[in-house]
Amino acid sequence: MSAAVPIARRAAGGDTAGRASRVPTPRRPGHTILGVIIIAVMLFPLYWMLNVSLQPAGNASATPWLPLDLSLDGYRTALAEQGGNLVTSLIISLGAVVFSLLIAAPAAYALAHFRFGKWVVVFLFAVLTTQMVPGIVVANALYSAYSDLGLLNTYVGLILADSAAGIPFSIILMRAFMMGIPASIVEAAYVDGAGPVRAFVSVVLPISRNALITSALFIFLFAWGDFLFALTLTTSESMRPITLGLYSYIGGFVSDWSPIMATAVLSSLPAIALLVLAQRYVAAGVTGGAVKS
Amino acid sequence: MTSTEVRVGSGGLAPPGPARPARRRSSGRGRLVQVAFLIPAAVYLVLFFGYPVVKNITMGFQEYTTRTFYTGEAPWVGFANYVTAVTDPVFDRALLNTGLFTVGSILGQFTIGLAIALFFHRRFHLSGVLRSLLLLPWLVPMIAASAVWRWILDTDHGVLNRTLDLLPFLDGRPAWLTSTTLALVAVIIVNIWLGIPFNATILYGGLQEIPEELYEAGSLDGATGARAFRHITWPLLRGVVTVVLVLGVVYTLKVLDVILGLTNGGPANATQTISTFSYHMSFREFDFGVGAALGNILVLISLVFAIVYLRLNRRAIDE
Repeated sequence: MSAAVPIARRAAGGDTAGRASRVPTPRRPGHTILGVIIIAVMLFPLYWMLNVSLQPAGNASATPWLPLDLSLDGYRTALAEQGGNLVTSLIISLGAVVFSLLIAAPAAYALAHFRFGKWVVVFLFAVLTTQMVPGIVVANALYSAYSDLGLLNTYVGLILADSAAGIPFSIILMRAFMMGIPASIVEAAYVDGAGPVRAFVSVVLPISRNALITSALFIFLFAWGDFLFALTLTTSESMRPITLGLYSYIGGFVSDWSPIMATAVLSSLPAIALLVLAQRYVAAGVTGGAVKS
Repeated sequence: MTSTEVRVGSGGLAPPGPARPARRRSSGRGRLVQVAFLIPAAVYLVLFFGYPVVKNITMGFQEYTTRTFYTGEAPWVGFANYVTAVTDPVFDRALLNTGLFTVGSILGQFTIGLAIALFFHRRFHLSGVLRSLLLLPWLVPMIAASAVWRWILDTDHGVLNRTLDLLPFLDGRPAWLTSTTLALVAVIIVNIWLGIPFNATILYGGLQEIPEELYEAGSLDGATGARAFRHITWPLLRGVVTVVLVLGVVYTLKVLDVILGLTNGGPANATQTISTFSYHMSFREFDFGVGAALGNILVLISLVFAIVYLRLNRRAIDE
């Protein structure tokens, strides 16, 4: 097992950490200042979201630059009107994480370690091709199928549809990671009498923890941010993810932006939590998933 | 039963040739277990990507409306849906908008993303922290981003126009989202903002892979600054650039959230793209046949683009 630790660290930590620890970072105050300015400009809309959300309700004209007159009314309204939708989104997103990992992890392992010859390429090509299918095409067909199957306005229906982004992404990400697991470790499990399933569950999955976490976080974010399926596969107010709640807020004439921005902030919290908790996994995961396919 | 398993296992998916010694279990039953690892994913991909594509192709040739949901009847109409879609006065506008939206978004995202990646590739204090903060706009739900941009771009009270007011040489307040000439520009700007983190992150990853030694060797030959970029960075970054551009175009062609959130395709179809037009026909007009036809046209555009681009690029790399 100890052999697995360096692999995990290499895949998750990225090479920058290793290099930075060897060579001291040069002092370049000009660079740091310019970097802060770039990020400040890029993040201004997010600051504005937070700022407006903290302004007193009824402030429909020019929003002050700073929330000096701090008010949580926007959040009170948002939670009262959209709290249920937040819970709906949470259930769907967690459901999508569990479902997608159950489907994608075994596939990623099989593509990395079993000898399927050219079929591996065929399968991966199919996975990549799914990226080219526009969501509207999927929604168009799913609507009529869901209508027949009674899956409109159901958790199961949205969990299945919202996994469409996460499953291909996780297969590619986890396969890239699992390629790095030495065959000898898995073979040792075979020698101990484990079958492929046992070896997968008790050896491969624990080693792949970082890749599983990264995949889970992205699947969650994809499902949480989904708007198209929420818009097309729900028809009643009983089943409404937060993205759709937000859309219906901005759909009409808006006289008070603070509850809307409070909802937007609440809908962004998972992303912020993710960045704080796991930013090193994220950066490595994004790069690994997209480039090393 | 056993013989069927063997046939499925070795005839269906197994490549010919001996298995490695370590994979001694690759006989019949073991093979079936191995294939079973892939089956759930294969089934999912078929149901949620394969089926929709095939269903859309057939729907494109059917009269598929709300009546179909009651009667179950969807008469075949040949190319009528395509004719309806293409002759619709909105179609030309949507096609042009799709092109402008895609080209504008990609140019902006890529150049700014590359500039940011190059900048952060130089090592300085806080660069790591700042780089991870850059990811934030990408992680926020697109519809939340659209909501705040709507308020930023508001003609009378938006913070952008209030800032522009401070500039002495500008008269009047641009109606970013409500003018037929500016709305598309505004939607492209927001989409560029959303796409920068993705471009910067992937390109940064590509830059990290270029060995430091090459720059050291290059500097001996006088290749520094712009020359180093032209002769070392750009050629070695090409593979990553291809990935970023192809993914970028394919993603941009199907963007829906941003446009619906900001303008709903309006004013007067000024921001309608093939994607939003397809949504509109299916889920607003409930003419799923025409919506499917438009969706298929979109798939075709993505496909043609991806193939042409990859071919051109492969040739460029080979030479």
